[in-house]
Amino acid sequence: MGPTMTLVAQRLALGILLLFLVSILIFVGTLILPGDVAQSILGQSATPEALANLRAELGLNEPAVTRYFDWLGGVLTGDLGTALTNGRDIAEAMGTRLSRTLFLAFWAAVVAVPLAIFLGLLAVRYRDRWPDKLISAITLSTISIPEFLIGYVLMYFVGVKLGWAPTVANIHDGMSLGQKLHTIALPVAVLTLVVLAHMMRMTRAAILNVMQSAYIETAELKGLPMFQIIWKHAFPNSIAPVVNVVMLNLAYLVVGVVVVEVVFTYPGMGQYLVDHVSKRDLPVVQACGLVFAAVYIGLNMIADIVSILANPRLRHPK
Amino acid sequence: MIKNIPFAAAIGLFFTSLYFLAAIFAPVIAPYGMAEVVGGVWEPASADHLLGTDNIGRDLLTRMIYGGQTTIFIATMATFISFTTGSVLGFLAAVLGGWADQALSRFVDLVMSIPSLILALVILSVMPVTVPVLVLVMGLLDSTRVFRLARAVAVDINVMDYVEAAKLRGEGRVWIIFREILPNALSPLVAEMGLRFIFMVLFISTLSFLGLGVQPPLADWGGIVKENKDGIVYGIGAALYPAVAIATLAISVNLVADWVLNRTTSLKGGRG
Repeated sequence: MGPTMTLVAQRLALGILLLFLVSILIFVGTLILPGDVAQSILGQSATPEALANLRAELGLNEPAVTRYFDWLGGVLTGDLGTALTNGRDIAEAMGTRLSRTLFLAFWAAVVAVPLAIFLGLLAVRYRDRWPDKLISAITLSTISIPEFLIGYVLMYFVGVKLGWAPTVANIHDGMSLGQKLHTIALPVAVLTLVVLAHMMRMTRAAILNVMQSAYIETAELKGLPMFQIIWKHAFPNSIAPVVNVVMLNLAYLVVGVVVVEVVFTYPGMGQYLVDHVSKRDLPVVQACGLVFAAVYIGLNMIADIVSILANPRLRHPK
Repeated sequence: MIKNIPFAAAIGLFFTSLYFLAAIFAPVIAPYGMAEVVGGVWEPASADHLLGTDNIGRDLLTRMIYGGQTTIFIATMATFISFTTGSVLGFLAAVLGGWADQALSRFVDLVMSIPSLILALVILSVMPVTVPVLVLVMGLLDSTRVFRLARAVAVDINVMDYVEAAKLRGEGRVWIIFREILPNALSPLVAEMGLRFIFMVLFISTLSFLGLGVQPPLADWGGIVKENKDGIVYGIGAALYPAVAIATLAISVNLVADWVLNRTTSLKGGRG
């Protein structure tokens, strides 16, 4: 086993350990807090019988460690428990919602990643001239506005004033792919804008970093045109940092999805989580939190592994 | 001193102070009471109501001013908690080193491995949603970022000759942290403070928008969006005013923070 494989295996093990610790954190986060969970779910006016029933249902009479391992065992075998509010199986409800959220995130990534890389290259090519400045001014302002406001601004101007796309992303299985894409056009646009700014700026920085190297200067002295230098020499060497950037931003997409789904009433994971937080439906919240955290940690782990694999220094051990 | 302020920073300072002044003197400058119903639903802008009225007929300008007060107050308090907790723990980790540093740093890594919005939602699902709870949750979650910065800066400073000298003269840890490290770590921390403050404004607006932040009838910018979002489909732009407010506040604080950062890095011995 080469040093690369050892590092990858270490990173995988670390990811799994992290996930395990995060599950503890999420469980403890809903546990240690002051006051009685049953009381805060039912409110101050709850009768003692209702409180006792809910405590028994949540298993609050058992010690926390037992409950944690019961919960963890359930999660590992795909049993996420049932929702308090409607008694339905969480894993079942989450399945379709998760696939819808991934559908949304996938299309946002399909649009955002090539666009961000192209804009990053453009900004490097025209560094410190007006295209670079324009791009960085626009991206700076999209960073300064929260996702939901970008959503409503687009909804107001594109959806209502121009009427180009539906303002409510009411997706269902009977639609064809084209219809589905039209329905999610606005949410995809918002998510794209949100991650585009970060992704483009980080791409620009990563490529500029490579552009400082000596071999770029050599290529310049050979008289190669600028775009060819960027494309042939700088880009292959900046793949590792750029992939890293892309993965980190896809992880960021996971958070953006929560808000954007609420804005466009898109029936995905984010809306499911937010709905059940306000209903104080603890099992759903824990399960959703764990899934979001798992996706986030997974993407970060892939980013790390890609940069390990792309590091040429590790491919040729001394 | 005043002459040396660049144009962008001056604009930033102007708008930032404008917002803070409006927040402090909200009851004086607001034309109506905060929750006072003074007209019809979603009236257009007029001389009586400069921005029109909201979804139940309250004056929108008044709501915006009081909303700014709530948003800025919560964001300021949360930034304060985030900085005191984060920097004190960060300095402690750097000065103590060893297992204390390891324990704190690994715990922060763990908390930062989950998006803070998700963790905040999980915690708020079992907590009563009140202003002090919000400030505390937001501040503590964000202190992880300040911790990393403070620790990184303090680790560098901790090996400087003057800190060694202080240690040799037998000063205690409290002295080392507050008299030796803190003054020298202040400028990168102050520059970071602007960014954290903006993040807090965005964070509380997002939570309120999701209905898990500031509760009505109290106004805040995220809440105003939530209250008026249904008007959007009828072509009523009331929910867009907070967008302008949040964006201009965020950009102007950014401009000031950039300026502070540039000033401090140009100083001798400043960190790049």
